[in-house]
Amino acid sequence: MTDTPSSTIMSAQELAAALDSLAQAISDAHTGADTIYLLGILSRGRPLADRLAERITSLSGTECKVGSLATTLYRDDMRTGNVAPKIGGDNTHFDFDVNGNSIVIVDDVLNSGRTIRAALDEIMDYGRPARVQLACLIDRGLREVPIQADYLGKSIQTKSADHVRVKLNELDGEDSVTLNVAE
Amino acid sequence: MANENVWTRKHLIGIEELSREEVEMVLDTAPQFLAVQDRESGIKKVPLLQGRLIANLFMEPSTRTRISFELAAKRLSADTLTFSASSSSTKKGETLHDTLANIEAMKTDLVVIRSSFAGAPALLTERHTSNIINAGDGYHEHPTQALLDTFTMRQHIRKLREDDSASLDGIRVALIGDISHSRVARSNIWALKKLGASVILCAPETLIPMDIQKMGVEVTSNLKEAMTDADVVYALRIQMERQASSLFPSLREYIRLFRVDNESLKHAPDNALIMHPGPINRDIELASDVADCNRSLVLEQVSNGVAIRMAVMHLLANSAQPTDQE
Repeated sequence: MTDTPSSTIMSAQELAAALDSLAQAISDAHTGADTIYLLGILSRGRPLADRLAERITSLSGTECKVGSLATTLYRDDMRTGNVAPKIGGDNTHFDFDVNGNSIVIVDDVLNSGRTIRAALDEIMDYGRPARVQLACLIDRGLREVPIQADYLGKSIQTKSADHVRVKLNELDGEDSVTLNVAE
Repeated sequence: MANENVWTRKHLIGIEELSREEVEMVLDTAPQFLAVQDRESGIKKVPLLQGRLIANLFMEPSTRTRISFELAAKRLSADTLTFSASSSSTKKGETLHDTLANIEAMKTDLVVIRSSFAGAPALLTERHTSNIINAGDGYHEHPTQALLDTFTMRQHIRKLREDDSASLDGIRVALIGDISHSRVARSNIWALKKLGASVILCAPETLIPMDIQKMGVEVTSNLKEAMTDADVVYALRIQMERQASSLFPSLREYIRLFRVDNESLKHAPDNALIMHPGPINRDIELASDVADCNRSLVLEQVSNGVAIRMAVMHLLANSAQPTDQE
């Protein structure tokens, strides 16, 4: 990959500020709720969901339950041969009942929307939530299915060959979002 | 080939030809499918093989293996067809190639075959386009059984050691019973040796194949010796239907010398795990109370079998195969 000029979309401080406002928005939309259920899409959606949960609880005192969604068993491109079956690594796991509850899916980058489509199908196979919403740190456009975020950190314009890289302390040792523009 | 963590095989015929990495890839793919079966309120299936057709071609009687493959296919949302010897045209003299050609003419994507002829599944891969899984061929191999057995062992070793990445390296497994007529034993020996375990076989001398030591296993006819230091005690089925050929003097003697029961288990470590591939002859190779005790993994083997078979089907059918085998 020759992805030269790289520009910073979010610094560590900006990423923290974006999470603060996402947490505020989610919290405001759930006034009166006993519990907020967050499902982070593996791998980077999960630590984001954990951070949002912590912020929401300290903002409003509302308890949050967090789980992980792998979505790999629901991909729509498995038959193309371009994707390898997932071997090892973390799997979908959550300890709560989705039936009748309001769920917020959390992911780092919203792109084609296909991952969220897979996540919706996966959640529905566990039950019938009262409502499902989507929180994303970055929306880079280029949607291929009609899916939009309910809570959004930042929206940017990209071309499909560009590369948006989200780094998180938990997995990458630093917090940042960069855009590598393809030549 | 050998791209790390990418599956490239089109068929699963035996454990013998797999690398350690490939065996581990299957074991590492299974947990996500175990989780699918464990969904309490939801739908116990995923759409990975939606719309694809899997044919189960069972030329030899089998209940649990056939049901396990059928269920695995259904949990992957595939459609299934099951042919058994009694209802198929084999009895009318059709060759195996013709039978499969006819099944493939109905556009199957994957074929699971059980045959009493060693080598039949391998033979079929030469002429047909479907992915082929060997569900047991003669005395040759029963690869998915060995995969589910080693998976079950690994899960328990990990639990016992409280280490999520523990392997079977250094584990000692005693395989007890009819080794000669057992494709389960053969596949398990391959798998265990590849995964770094040591294997001791224990049976009357007439039920131990000549030169089996060449597979890198120890052999004994002394049950006490086999049990000593065994992390896993694996009892094999005595094939009662073969009793006529009198490979040992009497069933009573076999029971006295080779049965896995509370008495013989005194020689094994207290936390040794008990396994059996089923169906069990209760109180012959395995004492009833041992089969039902809390160290017995017999039913867990069955549950894990479905997840392992889902993993195998997914890996074979959804991996990009190298362009027409170089």
